[in-house]
Amino acid sequence: MSVMNIREAINQTLHEAMERDPSVILLGEDVAGGAGTAGGQEAIGGIWGTSTGLIGKFGPDRVIDTPISESAIVGAAAGAALAGMRPVAELMFADFIGVCGDQLINQIAKFRYMFGGEARCPVVVRLIYGAGMNAAAQHSQAFYNLLTAIPGLKVAMPTTPADAKGLLNEALHGDDPVMFFEHKALYGKKGEVPDGVHRVPFGHARMVREGGDVTIVAFGRMVSFAEKAADKLAEEGIGCDIIDPRTTSPLDEEAILDSVEQTGRLVVVDECPPRCGLAADVTAMVAQKAFTSLDAPPECVTAPHTPVPFSPELERAYVPGPPAIEAAVRRTLDWG
Amino acid sequence: MQYSQDGLLRAYRRMATIRQFEERLHEEIAKGEIPGFTHLYAGQEAAAVGVCEHLDKDDMIVSTHRGHGHCIAKGCDVSGMMKEIYGSREGLCKGRGGSMHIADTSIGMLGANGIVGAGAPQAVGAAIAAKAKGNGKVAIAFSGDGACNQGTTFEAMNMAAVIKVPAIFVFENNHYSEHTGDRYAVGTALDIASRAEAFGMKAWRANGCDFYDTFETMAALLDHVRSTNLPAAIELDTERFYGHFEGDPQRYRAKGEVDRLREERDALKIFRASPVTQQHFGSAELDAVDAEVAAQIDAAVDAARKAERPDPSHVTEDVYAEY
Repeated sequence: MSVMNIREAINQTLHEAMERDPSVILLGEDVAGGAGTAGGQEAIGGIWGTSTGLIGKFGPDRVIDTPISESAIVGAAAGAALAGMRPVAELMFADFIGVCGDQLINQIAKFRYMFGGEARCPVVVRLIYGAGMNAAAQHSQAFYNLLTAIPGLKVAMPTTPADAKGLLNEALHGDDPVMFFEHKALYGKKGEVPDGVHRVPFGHARMVREGGDVTIVAFGRMVSFAEKAADKLAEEGIGCDIIDPRTTSPLDEEAILDSVEQTGRLVVVDECPPRCGLAADVTAMVAQKAFTSLDAPPECVTAPHTPVPFSPELERAYVPGPPAIEAAVRRTLDWG
Repeated sequence: MQYSQDGLLRAYRRMATIRQFEERLHEEIAKGEIPGFTHLYAGQEAAAVGVCEHLDKDDMIVSTHRGHGHCIAKGCDVSGMMKEIYGSREGLCKGRGGSMHIADTSIGMLGANGIVGAGAPQAVGAAIAAKAKGNGKVAIAFSGDGACNQGTTFEAMNMAAVIKVPAIFVFENNHYSEHTGDRYAVGTALDIASRAEAFGMKAWRANGCDFYDTFETMAALLDHVRSTNLPAAIELDTERFYGHFEGDPQRYRAKGEVDRLREERDALKIFRASPVTQQHFGSAELDAVDAEVAAQIDAAVDAARKAERPDPSHVTEDVYAEY
């Protein structure tokens, strides 16, 4: 075990995977950085610092700095995967899926199924997402709901350094396309990371804590907000189960249902806007499969149905925070 | 070309306003006063002003994430822009857009854009509107050397050529797409204008650090576009004095590169040194403009600091139109 942050865990995992497996390649804008400049290839190591040192070790044939061309990046990753490689494509901001939507949604997601189950398209698309940096409506979105809705794509969203390594290794091990969502506000989060080829299987939630009174299912950055709310509630003797699904596709329904059957109360916390989001998805699933276990209507804590605003005051109002989660928990307890 | 003293003073004032606006933002951002991502335009003043001085209110432009210069050149309210960048309720976009998304459609500024390459098709649409209205107006897409590699830009150029609309593709090549050099990212020919020519439109090239060269080349381009209603393109060779975004440590730059650019490729110095400028006025008149602009920028920053902040309850306003 060593202690590192999520940025370092991803960097280490990429280093180790590329050493282990010559078919792993990385491509994206500025992933090496500085190509064609006086500072040279090593100048940046990725805008988020996750690909630092890779080009020096593996060279430009495996660490491919691309022009600003998202459609070509993701489409090229698809072609490389069909031809036997394991490409990791980086979208500097998840918002840019708008540019390469066809390659993700109509191509990568469908190859295996559409080609009769023989084709394999093991692309990992790393998408840096989320609000919290006042980056406004085109650089802040939490688009995991959109890609979770597409059959054929797996969606992972680590919230700890150990899970960042474990889920990325799992993505690189499997033969399916994986949308790997990294929250920009979580990169500095520290924790212990197992050495070696640590893998976390998809579809297995992390039980963040057990409290017994209310089940909180939280996605991505919302997990730490749920923990803050639960700390506050614990002072009053209210115990929360917190579940971090870790992957939204596949989703660990069993972990959620088991907990709700114990607590009878559900709060889902989702950074996406409310319509057709993960909160709506999980509450519908629980309503269908554990209706009689519920002692109160499920609560959804989400962003409002708006684009992400720029002003700090407005962005704070946009992002679901601990007070909203706390209030939702209380509503489930006060119900009826 | 004939120049009027008033016209030249206006062009200089706009270039000086862009420069001082950006230099001041650079200082205020370092103090931590301004939230979010800011991409400064300083160094490219002659490009925006050399293009926009030909336009009137009803001609349209679409801009990029590095859009402050285009906004000022097209006539956006400088104080409203500053308030927007500070995130105020009183900003041009009510504090919702910030630096990357400033727009004022009432003066033909159809928006800065956080998505590289998104503007070119929108300019084609604006040109369709101009053609449909038959008003003789043009639509300009400002794109960088980064955006010239996006599929959207290629599609837009082809469509404009096919449907024959007065769309003008202005490629400001500042030699960096984010942190990557154009000599790496723009293919081996390193020639953006010839891409436009490949789609069947006329293309020009000019020194985007020289107001006169840009302005006069644009005059020829616009003569062609306004007389034929066909699209056209221009590649402007220009420079970026700051990083991709504020806070960028610029490790990809050569040592002393920016000092050299500020010495040799400064649009304001080049303007002042031009024989045309010197025929029309001495440096005292331009110094006076600098002083007026400095006061204007001081006032804009002061107003932005004091301006009303958004109320959290405003977060859901304006998602949809009200009837």
